[in-house]
Amino acid sequence: MNKKKLRGYREFLYVLPFIILVLIFAYYPLYGWTYAFYDYKPPKPLSESLFVGFKWFHYMVDNEIKRKQLFQVLLNTFAVSGLSMLFSWFPMMFAVFLNEIKCEPYKKFVQTVTTLPNFISWVLVYSIAFCVFNSTGVVNSLLTDWGVIDKPVMFLQSSKHIWFKMWLWLTWKNAGWAAIMYIAAITGIDEELIDAAKVDGANRWKTIWHITIPSILPTYLVLLFLNMANFLSNGMEQFFVFQNSFNKDYIQVLDLYVYNLAMGGGGYSLATAIGVLKSLVSIVLLCVMNGISKLTRGEGFI
Amino acid sequence: MAASVTPAQKKKRKKQDPVDVVMSVVTYIVYSFFAFVCVYPFYYIFINTISSNDLSARGKVTFWPMEIHFTNYVNVSHIPSLLDAFRISLARTVIGTLLTVAASAFLGYMFSRETMWKRKFWYRLVVATMYFNAGIIPFFITMKNIGLYNTFWVYILPTVVAPFYIVLCKTFVESVPKELTDAAELDGAGTLRTFTSVIIPVIKPILATVAIFSAVGQWNSFQDTLLLVSDPKLSTLQFTLYQYINQASSLKALVNSTGNAASLAASLAHAATATSIRMTVTIVVVAPILLVYPIFQRYFVKGIMIGAVKG
Repeated sequence: MNKKKLRGYREFLYVLPFIILVLIFAYYPLYGWTYAFYDYKPPKPLSESLFVGFKWFHYMVDNEIKRKQLFQVLLNTFAVSGLSMLFSWFPMMFAVFLNEIKCEPYKKFVQTVTTLPNFISWVLVYSIAFCVFNSTGVVNSLLTDWGVIDKPVMFLQSSKHIWFKMWLWLTWKNAGWAAIMYIAAITGIDEELIDAAKVDGANRWKTIWHITIPSILPTYLVLLFLNMANFLSNGMEQFFVFQNSFNKDYIQVLDLYVYNLAMGGGGYSLATAIGVLKSLVSIVLLCVMNGISKLTRGEGFI
Repeated sequence: MAASVTPAQKKKRKKQDPVDVVMSVVTYIVYSFFAFVCVYPFYYIFINTISSNDLSARGKVTFWPMEIHFTNYVNVSHIPSLLDAFRISLARTVIGTLLTVAASAFLGYMFSRETMWKRKFWYRLVVATMYFNAGIIPFFITMKNIGLYNTFWVYILPTVVAPFYIVLCKTFVESVPKELTDAAELDGAGTLRTFTSVIIPVIKPILATVAIFSAVGQWNSFQDTLLLVSDPKLSTLQFTLYQYINQASSLKALVNSTGNAASLAASLAHAATATSIRMTVTIVVVAPILLVYPIFQRYFVKGIMIGAVKG
């Protein structure tokens, strides 16, 4: 009995160094939230900074210009997340129709090349975008050769349709990968169901509509709920690499805004305050979506 | 005549409905388009790096290489800052992956052992970190406070304990028959001995998946350099590439220095240009992924599947 207990402690000691890493890198930074309540200016340590209470939380909305800016940032965030929600059926349909292709090598080829972009970084995506869309890039040179345009279009410098362009790049990068989950779900569908439908005279379109889609809808719902839980978190990397002085107003989503405020303008405390608010709302969203998931599917995802 | 018609009719009946035929044709066209959109950009950049730089800079190379040469790759290999960045990227990928794999395997195993003191609590403490993070600014300030800002270890240490990989490993360890570990322990093997000689060989497949994901993550990582490192000596390839795209001035200086060396060969086709350097570096940075991905595709797919079952 005692020996067993001793062993339990020893095993804990093996794990302890890793627990310490978790405490340092995941829990201790939470203490940084207190910076939102101080007037923190970097070279000075927190202990010498002035405690300002909720000043920064008021500051965000205390005049018309700031309200407008925050509103624009929220609008960008909602637009970008909203677009990907609106088109969230795309990877599912991608998988459904890919499954209809009977030529296995072709199918495998399509699957391999469309998942590839998921594994390159946003910097590389941007670099590719730059090479393909700059003024001497292939898109401009072909369009000029064909007489569609007479001078190069500045695709990356304009702020036009920026939300949609961001959605397109996200889809280019992720759709093939996101489809894999659905492909697996489709593979799991009972063959007998499909054969029975065929005997009843259903064509492929009808089989898809009445069997395939209903079977993978649960997978779609989980992923949709997860996406909704992450509504405010678009990440900053994609928007950071694509941002420039022309599109800045429309590309700044919350995550990027927080970064720009702190690293660009030195507003560490204000940025932290916004970050804290975002985290709190995100936690509530996660719990709500988890609850909805429990209600509709009988199980949550946490 | 009847005999010659019947087989044709049979074939037609087998072909089913016109809806299906139209659908097949449309599907093939649409997916070929998707595949093209995903492959062509890589191909386009590659053929530009091996074509005449003069033609490439004027946007003349679109579908096949022209006046093939490999000077660009030689030029790029002489840029000192790029070599440093390559070393840093390689080092963080190798070291980071090794540590993450080892830690995930070990913790996955330890958290499956019911004997550990307060096991459930510690496991939850680790897994909970999947669902929140302090945010980039508090993280940045913390790294500064504990002295990791501007050090190589800021690339490695925060990634060592990765809750998602631990969950993957733990699930896999739990599927290992208990008789195996029990037998080892009867033979007198301790906790650690059982781990190295029984568990590791059995869970190799999942470790391959973790290794691949972690390596790709390390190689691609950009945000940590942006946020936590200002020393150019610690810059990674991703970050250097970003600078090449965005800071025309630094690129121009590079063009002049490498361009001079090449102009001894006195050819406009081979002299470095901003475009040639940018594209060549892009290929260099993306190449490892392009080479690794098709070979290890099944591990990637397995990773997402197990994750889906758990998550």
